[in-house]
Amino acid sequence: MFEPVILKNMNAPDSFKLTAYLNSGGYQALKKALEMNTDTIIQMVKDSGLRGRGGAGFSTGLKWSFIPKDPTIPKYLCCNADEGEPGTYKDRAIIEKDPHQLLEGIAIGCYAIGANNAYIYIRGEFTLGADRLEEAIREAHAKGYLGNNILGSKFSLNIYVHRGAGAYICGEETALLESLEGRRALPRIKPPFPAQVGLFGKPTVINNVETLACIPHIINRGAAWFAAIGPAKSPGPKLFGVSGHVNKPGLYELPMGTPLREIIYTHAGGIKGDRRLKAVIPGGVSAPMLTEKDLDTPMDFDSLAAKGTMLGSGAVVVMDEKTCIVKGALIVHEFFHHESCGKCTPCREGLDWIVKVMRRVEHGEGKEGDVEVLLKLCGDIFGRTFCPLGDGAVMALRGAINNFREEFEYHVKHKRCMVNSEQ
Amino acid sequence: MLSEGAVKEINELTGKYANKRSAVMPALFVVQREYGYVNEEGMREIANILGLRPVQVFEVATFYTMYNKKPVGKYHIQVCTNISCSLLGADHIMDFLSQRLGIKVKETTPDKRFTLSAVECLGSCGTAPMMQINDRYHEDLTKEKIEEILKGLK
Ligand SMILES: Cc1cc2nc3c(=O)[nH]c(=O)nc-3n(C[C@H](O)[C@H](O)[C@H](O)COP(=O)(O)O)c2cc1C
Ligand code: SF4
Ligand code: FES
Repeated sequence: MFEPVILKNMNAPDSFKLTAYLNSGGYQALKKALEMNTDTIIQMVKDSGLRGRGGAGFSTGLKWSFIPKDPTIPKYLCCNADEGEPGTYKDRAIIEKDPHQLLEGIAIGCYAIGANNAYIYIRGEFTLGADRLEEAIREAHAKGYLGNNILGSKFSLNIYVHRGAGAYICGEETALLESLEGRRALPRIKPPFPAQVGLFGKPTVINNVETLACIPHIINRGAAWFAAIGPAKSPGPKLFGVSGHVNKPGLYELPMGTPLREIIYTHAGGIKGDRRLKAVIPGGVSAPMLTEKDLDTPMDFDSLAAKGTMLGSGAVVVMDEKTCIVKGALIVHEFFHHESCGKCTPCREGLDWIVKVMRRVEHGEGKEGDVEVLLKLCGDIFGRTFCPLGDGAVMALRGAINNFREEFEYHVKHKRCMVNSEQ
Repeated sequence: MLSEGAVKEINELTGKYANKRSAVMPALFVVQREYGYVNEEGMREIANILGLRPVQVFEVATFYTMYNKKPVGKYHIQVCTNISCSLLGADHIMDFLSQRLGIKVKETTPDKRFTLSAVECLGSCGTAPMMQINDRYHEDLTKEKIEEILKGLK
C-alpha cells in the first residue's frame, strides 16, 4: 500500500485547522526553507522532478528559475485554484481539508522566487473552500507563519484569496491574470511569458494547488525521495479523482505511473453492476478517451501522451457498456461551447457549429455525412486557436469519433441510439 | 444606493491589489449580496468608487456566470449536468426537481422562492449527482435526499 503524502491529514478531526496541521509536523518545511539559500530550493525542486499538476506537466523548478533575480522588481505567485475541468475535484479536497498544506507550499515558493505577495485564484463556487482559506490565512498570520518577518526571518509575505465568478477559461493561466486584474478573462498572447510580464506587468509564477502542496514534502523529505516515486521522468505522488460508473468513486493518492486498470479495478472497486468498461477519460474532458485495450497504460504524463491522450488533471471518468458515447460527447462539447471565451474565431464559431451538428445527430435529426462534417470542423479548429481550449475540445471529439465511429454513424442512419442507454 | 457598510467594504477591497480595477470582481459580489443581483445602479456605483468607466464594470459582470443579471428566487438550485453527474443520473435529478417545483430549467416559481438552473461541473464529480443551493453543495443525491433537503428549506 502506498502511504499517502498529500492526503495524509485528510481524515484527522478538524484537519483544516492550524492545530491539526502543526500536530502532523506542519510548517517545519517552511522553517527549514527559510534557512536555505533560494537557489538551493529551486535546484531541489528541479531535482525532485516535480511536474505541474495543473495539466501541462511543466517542470516546477524550471518555471521558478525563469523568474528574474533582481530584488528591486516586485514579483508574484498565483495559485491556480480554478479547478474547472469536468471530472476534477482534487484541489477542492486539499483546500477544504488541508488548507495550511497549500499555504506552506505557497510560502516556500514565494520565498524561493522572491515574491512578497501571492494570490489564490479560487473558483467562485467553492465558497466553503474560500472561507477555509481565509480562516487559515488569519491563523497563520497570528502565529507568524505569514505576514512580516516570518519566523524571525527577513522574509515577508501576504497571501490573498481572489474568488472567480464562474468561467472555466480563468483556469488558463493568462486568462487568470486578466481576471485578477479586473477584466474579462481573455487569454493573453505568449510571449511574453508570465515569468517576465505577468500579474500587474510583473514577473509571476502560476502553479496549481496540488503542485504547491507537494513542495513542503520535497523540502522535508528531500528531492531524491520524491524522484524515486513512480517513473523517473514523471515522478511523485498523484491524486486521481475517479468518477462515473465505478463502485467506489473517490480521490485516490497513488504513485505516478500506476496503471489505469489498477486505479479502476483495485482502488475504485471496478465497474458498477459488474458491467464491462466501454470508455474512460484519463485526465479530464479535454483528454481523448481510452478503451479496454488501453487499461494497462501507466498513468503519467509521458505514457499517456504516447497514447495520444493526456494526464491533464488526473480526473478519471469511467463509462460502462451502456453509455451512449454520442450523448456523452455532446455533453462535453456543450460545455466547451459554453466556456469558449469568444476571443478567437476558430474556437468561437467552430464550436458553435460542432454543437449544432452534434445536437441534431444526438436527437435523431442527423444528416448523411454529418460525421465527416464534424471531422472537417475539427480540422478547421485544430492548431488555429489562440489558447489550448479549442484544441482540447477538438482532441476530445476526435478521440470519441475515432474510437466509436459506428455509434455516430448509427445515430445518423437509424435516428436513435445504438446502445440501450440508461443515462 | 449601496449601504455605507458596502461602500466601505468595496473601498477596503482595493487594498488587496496593486491596481484598484482588480477589486471589480469582489465588488460585484458585494453588489449582488446587497441587491440580490447585479443591477445597473449597483454597477454604476462600483464604477464611481473604483474610478472606472461604467462599461468596464458591465463587461466584467456579463462575462462571468455567477453574477445574476436578473433577480433569482430565495433559493437558487443549480444542478450539475456535466459528464460525471450525467453518467449517474443528473437528468433524472433535474426532471424530479422540475416536477416537484412545477417549473422548467431557468425559471423561477411564482412565489419567488425557487429558481432552477443547469450548471457546468462544480468540482464534486466523485460524489455525483450533485446540486448547489445558494452557497451550499448537496452531494450523492437521491430523490429521497432531495425531498429531505427541500423540506428543510423555510
Ligand atoms: C482552458 C484551460 C483551463 C485550465 N484550467 C486549469 C485549472 O482549472 N487549474 C489549473 O491548475 N490549471 C489549469 N490550466 C493550466 C494552466 O494554464 C497552467 O498551466 C497551470 O495552472 C500551471 O500550473 P502547474 O505548472 O503547477 O501545473 C488550464 C489550461 C487551459 C488551457
Ligand atoms: S481558443 Fe477559445 S477559449 Fe481560447 S482564446 Fe480562443 S475563443 Fe477563447
Ligand atoms: S460533473 Fe458534476 S460536479 Fe463535476
